[in-house]
Amino acid sequence: MNALLSHRTAKPLFFLLALGPFLWLLYGALANALGPNPAEALTRGTGDWVLRFLCLTLAVTPLRQWTGWTALARLRRMLGLYAFFYGLLHMLCYAWLDMGFNVGEIVRDIPKRPFVLVGTLAMLLMLPLAATSFNRAIRALGPGRWRQLHRFVYAIVLLGLLHFFWMRSAKNDFGEVGLYALIVALLLGWRLWQARRTHPRPGAAPKARAGLTS
Amino acid sequence: MHFINDKGHGPLRGEAITPRALYAQRREFLGKLAAGSAGALLASWAAREAIAQTAGPGKLRPLPAGKSAVSGALTMEKLSAYSDVSTYNNFYEFGTDKSDPARLAGSLKTQPWTVVVEGEVRKPGTWDMDALLKLAPMEERIYRMRCVEGWSMVIPWVGYSLAELVKRVEPTGNARFVQFVTLADKSQMPGLRSSVLDWPYVEGLRLDEALHPLAMLAFGLYGEVLPNQNGAPVRLVVPWKYGFKSAKSIVRIRFVEKQPKSSWETAAASEYGFYSNVNPKVDHPRWSQATERRIGDDGLLSKKRPTLMFNGYEAQVGQLYAGMDLSKFF
Repeated sequence: MNALLSHRTAKPLFFLLALGPFLWLLYGALANALGPNPAEALTRGTGDWVLRFLCLTLAVTPLRQWTGWTALARLRRMLGLYAFFYGLLHMLCYAWLDMGFNVGEIVRDIPKRPFVLVGTLAMLLMLPLAATSFNRAIRALGPGRWRQLHRFVYAIVLLGLLHFFWMRSAKNDFGEVGLYALIVALLLGWRLWQARRTHPRPGAAPKARAGLTS
Repeated sequence: MHFINDKGHGPLRGEAITPRALYAQRREFLGKLAAGSAGALLASWAAREAIAQTAGPGKLRPLPAGKSAVSGALTMEKLSAYSDVSTYNNFYEFGTDKSDPARLAGSLKTQPWTVVVEGEVRKPGTWDMDALLKLAPMEERIYRMRCVEGWSMVIPWVGYSLAELVKRVEPTGNARFVQFVTLADKSQMPGLRSSVLDWPYVEGLRLDEALHPLAMLAFGLYGEVLPNQNGAPVRLVVPWKYGFKSAKSIVRIRFVEKQPKSSWETAAASEYGFYSNVNPKVDHPRWSQATERRIGDDGLLSKKRPTLMFNGYEAQVGQLYAGMDLSKFF
């Protein structure tokens, strides 16, 4: 499996796979095949994929350690950047299709809908991570600081989950939210468990708690 | 773009009648033209306009109807497609996703069906569908439908004024409100397994609202009987209120003295009031109600359209709420 994942076609293949939902939604929008409310379908579709890519990104390290497929790590940056890409599309759908780029409307809307505020915050937190995703940035920051910065992803996924929960709370419909919450709880719980297992003493130096960084 | 205040607007004024409401009455005007003496050619064209019933897709049993003469009952706006009207539904008894009812409502058994009328009436009783269908002549009415979620449709309903039934059962002097109880049968409705709302779904109107000619008992749409997902076999349509007030698949109509609580009031009283009149100036606590997206009509990139006071039926129903603070009685 490692050989397969390290093959030079693996990355382009995953790149195209991850682009699939975007192409599908784009086709749907152009062919008017997104159902009676295409604006809603686009906004929800892109939002779903942000959460999915965040979960996939966070699944890389546990999966790598569990299966020994170390080459999975090569895909992590791309998955994270796709979460950001779908996040940008999600915001674009909101600002354009829902608000018609009307800044006044957006400013009025955000305090009314705290879940929009939470989503915006998650998006803003993704910005520095996307901006420091290339190799030179990692070198410039130094791996330690870079890793610390990229721990924002935990806050981002929790904010994303809260955003989804609040959105769905209007319909008292928590089934799907519960599923994502379970996945996120497993992914983050695994990290906590790892950290505790390798460094059982509280107050250990931050550098030593490497288990949390991936 | 002008700014609309969230709160603190004054009471409604009668002169704030929208041009769209006038526009909506054109069909009616055309009908009158036909009967009058406005030139033979124009008259015959107008007559055709006034008589033809909207053609259905040929999927369900036809439900023939004449054009309604009720003021405001025939908007000239472009109809929402049957495929949108019958696949984009909020009917939580069949699931909370708007595509669920069309998929799952096949299990609803609409025959036999009875509606119990009880409470403060001189003539309580059980009505079967045959009796209900024969109670008054069927009319086609083309109403705007504005959902509280911020989208809208234009739907050609078939039915008659709820007032026909109300008058027939003779409410007593104690009857001040009408409560509508809808079917809640776990064996037919998979959505009842979730506790989204308190089942059965109940709704209510003030008696004068129920007597308003625009308030309608609907048995069909697009010239055919109602698809299950749209609330077959009989539902309420109150076009000046948010869609959820128009209870679907009604089994019981109760005349009461005290204001009944609706299911959505029970779920979130601060968000869904008893009246729930369409009002662009009173926002839902969690979103604006100033604009709406017309399903199937507005292009993906077109701006949302402004929501009209009482959904454009202010000329007809505004007086029901004269002197009321509509931000308090939302």
